Amino acid sequence: MYSVADLKKGLKLTLDGAPYLVIAFDFVKPGKGQALYRTKMRNMINGTILDRTYRSGESFEPASLEERQMEYLYKEGTHYTFMDQQTYEQVVMEEDAMGDAKYYLLENCKVDVLIFGEKAIGVTLPNFVNLRVVQTDPWAKGDTSGNDSKPATLETGYVLRVPPFIEEGELITIDTRNGEYSTRVKG
Amino acid sequence: MMTQHKKLILRSSVIKSIRSFFEAKGFLEVETPQRIPANAPEEHIEPYKSGDLYLHTSPEICMKRLLCRGHDKIFQICRCWRSDERGSKHVPEFTMLEWYRANSTYVDLMIDCEELLRHVAEACCSTAPISYNAKSIAMNNGAIFFTVDEAFATFSDARMEDAVKDGSFDERMVTQIEPALIQDKPVILMDYPIEMASLARRKPGNPLVAERFELYAGGLELANGFSELNDPVEQRERFSHANLKRAAAGFSPLPLPEPFLQELAMLPPSAGIALGIDRLVMLFAGTNSIDDVLAFTPEQL
Repeated sequence: MYSVADLKKGLKLTLDGAPYLVIAFDFVKPGKGQALYRTKMRNMINGTILDRTYRSGESFEPASLEERQMEYLYKEGTHYTFMDQQTYEQVVMEEDAMGDAKYYLLENCKVDVLIFGEKAIGVTLPNFVNLRVVQTDPWAKGDTSGNDSKPATLETGYVLRVPPFIEEGELITIDTRNGEYSTRVKG
Repeated sequence: MMTQHKKLILRSSVIKSIRSFFEAKGFLEVETPQRIPANAPEEHIEPYKSGDLYLHTSPEICMKRLLCRGHDKIFQICRCWRSDERGSKHVPEFTMLEWYRANSTYVDLMIDCEELLRHVAEACCSTAPISYNAKSIAMNNGAIFFTVDEAFATFSDARMEDAVKDGSFDERMVTQIEPALIQDKPVILMDYPIEMASLARRKPGNPLVAERFELYAGGLELANGFSELNDPVEQRERFSHANLKRAAAGFSPLPLPEPFLQELAMLPPSAGIALGIDRLVMLFAGTNSIDDVLAFTPEQL
């Protein structure tokens, strides 16, 4: 158990059965009153922000979280299925917990999955992933319209802007932190 | 953002201007011992032990004893210590200004507060409004007054007496009332529930509240003042009550300041106030972190 004295930014705790990350924290004490601990916390599953004020003496359940390397198997409806590389155990993640990861995952690729209790609640992506362009309009040579990018659809279905010289079938690198085109993969 | 050197210059000018303010008003600057056998026991204030003595959490006990001896207008600027207090507006060792007036009530202190803020602002900044918490605050045009009861009725979803009963007074003060005190002038919040004023006199005509007030500017709590209780019997009862509440919350009882209780019958009708100098410098430096106005934070030592 954590006590209010353990509260600090970055602490992960369980509240009403969900994992929360403390994103802001302050000790306050209104004139001659009791010590209060003000926190701002983010629900690690759905991103909801909570403001909570605690008194001394209150305690918290730590959030037991672990990251496991898993293979992404397939998607069915809004469910994404992953398999633990060591135990072959399968877990299912809801689409809203996937966040942006759904734009970058190909079947059989290996990622770190964040597990809370028995539940998969998030995917840690590498900063850069390589994906193939399945559709984009050809570059009209001599185009002087000044457009320096065009839309392209990737094999995951994700659509982004790429430079005009990128062609269908090419492999490109995407920065998963902002979802933008990074470079063309030669070869 | 000001450099640390600029902030230390500001801190020094604030302290100089406080001294010139009180000297001009005929107050005597005093120094009282900082290691004492007993503080006024408070439910929510933890003193540090220092050998067989305690570091003072406020100079109030000795300063009131000076009033009993006939010194009628006194002020002190000193270090105070309160254990376990660390936050964006708290450090365990901080600088306090306290001033006391014999033959006065908390209303005289409110006027002092308005004049002091104006004096310090003009000496350290300018006559223009200052900016704090994204609010422009006129420091030379008096204060806005709310009773605590009015503030609860206006800014909170509970009445003051219900918040006292259900124990949510402090939470509501921090989350609902203090944010509403960011006004275009300093704010004086007055007449606290008697349960929240262990050394203050009951308000004549309204025994449920004490003649206690807090000074705010830009939502920042600066000072706590009151008309002094000078009935030794009631004062002893309140100290004992504070110790009972400490025991109920798992804290050890604290010794009572016996010489103070002995001399209290000689205390003329008086009023006294404690103002956090670090907070005042924060206000003029426009910062929300006490760390910004200190030469060293506790963590840097």
